[in-house]
Amino acid sequence: MAIDTSMTWLIALYIFMLAAFTGYEVISRVPSILHTPLMSGSNFIHGIVVVGALHALISATSLFAQIVGFLAVALGAANAAGGYIVTDRMLAMFKTSGDKSTAGKKN
Amino acid sequence: MFAQHILGLSGLAAAAFFILGLKRMSSPATALSGIVVAGVGMVVAVAASFLVIFDLPDTVRPHLTINLILAVIALLIGGGWAWMRGRKVEMTAMPQMVALYNGMGGGAAAAVAAVELSARGMQAVEILAVTVAGALIGSISLTGSVIAWAKLDGKINRPWRFSGQRIVNALVFLTTVLLGVAVIAFFDDPLLPVLAVLFFLGALAFGIMMTLPIGGADMPVVISLFNAFTGLAVALEGYALQNPALMIAGMVVGSAGTLLTILMAKAMNRSLANVLFSNFGDAATSGTSEVQGQMKSTDARDAGIAMRYASNVIIIPGYGLAVAQGQQKLYEFVKLLQAAGVDVKFAIHPVAGRMPGHMNVLLAEAGVPYDIIFDMEDINADFASTDVALVIGANDVVNPAARTDKSSPIYGMPILNADQAHQVYVIKRGQGKGYSGVENLLFYGENCSMVYGDAQAVLTQMVQAVKDLGA
Repeated sequence: MAIDTSMTWLIALYIFMLAAFTGYEVISRVPSILHTPLMSGSNFIHGIVVVGALHALISATSLFAQIVGFLAVALGAANAAGGYIVTDRMLAMFKTSGDKSTAGKKN
Repeated sequence: MFAQHILGLSGLAAAAFFILGLKRMSSPATALSGIVVAGVGMVVAVAASFLVIFDLPDTVRPHLTINLILAVIALLIGGGWAWMRGRKVEMTAMPQMVALYNGMGGGAAAAVAAVELSARGMQAVEILAVTVAGALIGSISLTGSVIAWAKLDGKINRPWRFSGQRIVNALVFLTTVLLGVAVIAFFDDPLLPVLAVLFFLGALAFGIMMTLPIGGADMPVVISLFNAFTGLAVALEGYALQNPALMIAGMVVGSAGTLLTILMAKAMNRSLANVLFSNFGDAATSGTSEVQGQMKSTDARDAGIAMRYASNVIIIPGYGLAVAQGQQKLYEFVKLLQAAGVDVKFAIHPVAGRMPGHMNVLLAEAGVPYDIIFDMEDINADFASTDVALVIGANDVVNPAARTDKSSPIYGMPILNADQAHQVYVIKRGQGKGYSGVENLLFYGENCSMVYGDAQAVLTQMVQAVKDLGA
């Protein structure tokens, strides 16, 4: 493994607990109008699995590991790239009346 | 040594960027910058992960060149395909696209687990158990999400149900879990590949079987649940790989996704267990009280002119509006009303559209500013002092039976109080019932007039009627 400090299961549980509370806190303040983009945004974030997939593929020593690792990287990259572009497109459409005043009021 | 530290710090930076990004997504004003911040984190983490080449055991050296070439090709194929699809997909089709990308993430986590198991390098039981658990959840998320995508995309049209289905599903799940335990127990046994293959097949099959009986209306809740599943699978594989960035990002999504799932189910007045294990579509047709009164219909032009001379109008859009592609026309009508001095607001039910917030996205696409769009809690008190409520392609979310009729399957569901407005216009394709299959008492009210027709066509007539007044 890259970092030469082995993580004990107890430290892992600490990390999981803190991350779980973080996720809960961040989401609980989101207005419902942003729920769909937010689901898509969190979908993008678990695209980080591509990093694990890259590690698995780059350190592969068997044909099986190469094939399945290739699949993992392709799927993970699709998760990350697709999640990003879809979220970005949705969020780019949110505007206030202020932004629209030039287009809206002149009719 | 230096490369190791960079790699470790890049993971830390990515985790920080993700949390900051999610936080910024919590307000419409900063939301767009939120996804960009998270995107920066992702690019940093992916670029840095190539640094692992400085820290590989010698056994990998002969394969390194091929592995790197494969990695770049896989990144380009997967990322490129998803990017192209994501750029072109229609806004109405967004939920199923999210489902598909989510399933791919789950598949990636399961595939990582398969590689880890095949390497046979690790022996610690807790790491093995975590790897297997991540593989199980990731595989279920993969096939379940694909089924959810197919259902929302209209590729599978009806729920697939048979008697005793729950028992069969439970048996498949139990068998899969036992196979997973066997994989851990017989890890050094020559039988391992057979056990592992059976285990993965079982998990993939269960994902399909648990999703097939669930009706299309419940799919958003299910997609959100699978989103949380994938996050959890990624977190578990992160521990198997001893990678804190995956653990943090995965668990943040896992808990946030679970909360979001519960919020969605609550907005539909159902528990999560109810969504997953009861076949809603079947039971819902029964249990309605006798309806009093008669439906009245009116002309689109008359309704349009009445709204032009109202002092305030609240519009309640539903998925039917999006199906008719009427959002642009609606906003054109709204601008005409605003120009005539009418106070126009939009009222959004939590489950309008296909998932919470979906209707906001569809309206935003048409250019409707979000500061005239209100959530149910913020606007429900205003209906009693409102001249006109205009319901477009929505049904169950304005049915007063949810407040009064205890025998109704939607009893207790929070609704928009459209029936309290002085006048209600309902634009509707025909006399059919809503998703729940319940008669809508609102439509029979004294103050309600139906305007039958395709939402876009009706709105076009309304726009024309108001324009003719000014000409």
